[in-house]
Amino acid sequence: MNAAIGIAYLIASLTFIAGLRFLSSPVTAKLGNRVAAAGMILALVATFFYKDLTNFPLIFVAIVIGAVLGSGSARMVKMTAMPQMVAIFNGMGGGAAALVSTLEFVHLTSNGATLDHSQGLTIALGAAIGSISFAGSIIAFAKLQELMPSNAYQFSWTKFANAGVALILVGFVAAITIGSSSHLVIAGLLAVAVILGLVLVTPIGGADMPVVISLMNSLTGLAVALTGFVLGNELLIVAGALVGASGTLLTQLMAKAMNRPITNVLWGSFGATSVAGMELPPGATVREISVDDAAVLMAYSQRVVIVPGYGLAVAQAQHQLRELSDLLNDSGVEVKYAIHPVAGRMPGHMNVLLAEADVPYSEVYEMSAINGEFPSTDVVLVVGANDITNPAAREDPGSPIYGMPILNVDYAQHIIVLKRSMRPGFAGIDNPLYYNPKTAMLFGDAKDSVQKLVAATKNAAKPRDSKRKEDGRLAATKA
Amino acid sequence: MTELLLGAYVFLLAIIVGFEVIGRVPSMLHTPLMSGTNAIHGVVLVSAIIVAGQAHDTSTRIIAFFAVVLGSLNVFGGFVVTDRMVNMFHSRPGERR
Repeated sequence: MNAAIGIAYLIASLTFIAGLRFLSSPVTAKLGNRVAAAGMILALVATFFYKDLTNFPLIFVAIVIGAVLGSGSARMVKMTAMPQMVAIFNGMGGGAAALVSTLEFVHLTSNGATLDHSQGLTIALGAAIGSISFAGSIIAFAKLQELMPSNAYQFSWTKFANAGVALILVGFVAAITIGSSSHLVIAGLLAVAVILGLVLVTPIGGADMPVVISLMNSLTGLAVALTGFVLGNELLIVAGALVGASGTLLTQLMAKAMNRPITNVLWGSFGATSVAGMELPPGATVREISVDDAAVLMAYSQRVVIVPGYGLAVAQAQHQLRELSDLLNDSGVEVKYAIHPVAGRMPGHMNVLLAEADVPYSEVYEMSAINGEFPSTDVVLVVGANDITNPAAREDPGSPIYGMPILNVDYAQHIIVLKRSMRPGFAGIDNPLYYNPKTAMLFGDAKDSVQKLVAATKNAAKPRDSKRKEDGRLAATKA
Repeated sequence: MTELLLGAYVFLLAIIVGFEVIGRVPSMLHTPLMSGTNAIHGVVLVSAIIVAGQAHDTSTRIIAFFAVVLGSLNVFGGFVVTDRMVNMFHSRPGERR
């Protein structure tokens, strides 16, 4: 590696750090991504000046194929499908890291040479971790894309089976560390690591996928850093370590938001236990509300809190929702949005949707900031959210989600729930909120329901609006 | 050994930088951040190009080809997805209306 390439890599490393820093503020986030992308292009161009680099046509064709497929699918996919896109691209990175480690293994052992222990260990770990991330991310993608059932399941023997597979993998890593140069051993290692990734993620329910994607993201970072060790490339070490650290931090934040240690996500059984749910009082019924009644209820209240969930993302109702909140705002209702940290399928999923609809950040509140306000809230409008509002998490020690922090919407005066049907949420458990006498259900597609609410609110808000104008005129004449 | 030790220094310092830089990110930017870090580890494409450039027989060329395709997917897909996400944060906080 000559000095010019080294300097280009150094600059690229700095752009990655700067990019992440800029990504931490909404104002500079766009710039941050551009800065990091520019650094990436610099690093890629510099790499072509490596001494003794051959196979240019092959490399070029492969890059073009990846670029066209990658940017094409990323451009075409709907905003709701973003989480699984991150999962699949992450899996590609993990797979690439595993293949790079494998090739370096073949390259270093080509002339009957043996690896020293540190080389063997970094190559084996890079190949293993990359493969686990590859397989795990593809399962996460398939679950979110609903190509396979997203429910959680756990048998008593899965833990032992997983532990067994992990032990075999450790055996392969050890074999390469102590100097095995057999191609069969590295192939076996890759196969077992892929199997481990599959069996590790398959039993995990869709509700936990954000945590899983974040974990896989940090694993890929680690695998990339390991390939950096193998190739003696500081750029890869810096970038991989940055991603490994951030991914770990994000994973912890998410697991914390669900009050579930990461080990619990991986080896627990969210929603896989027999679904008992909270004991419902005998004769508990679900109350339905008409669109007009719901609109009047909101238009004539002081404070309304909107709780968005995954259903909002599916229905793509964010623009209609903003129209509704604007209408309410204009007629003097104080409207706030309450965001649960794990609402949707990724952390910040709801914020992205609301930002798309230009909802001002000043109206958007995080769980800890708004949970104290529900008792003084007149109406809570729950749009396609379920588990994050389930009071069983607070009150029923027998519930599978017991202990998960929730939005205390049941403390409000009235709760209106927009929901497609009585189907349980992603965790697969019943929600006693719907049987609360204060709760009224408005069934239907979220977009459709919100649209109807907008129309009805226009009518409902009129008298009050004109009264406000009269008051204003009165005040003006008095002055 | 010195090279490994140097790598370890770089690795550990980068981890500390990673924690420091990311610790300040508000939760609403967690999705774009995850997506952005996902694009950054696409730098694995650099290593894929290097190993592809030293492949000498058909089987390693085939594996190298796939490594470059996967790395390229990670880089280009990752940055485009992130770009689409951060494009939504165009207005300054609370500035609308």
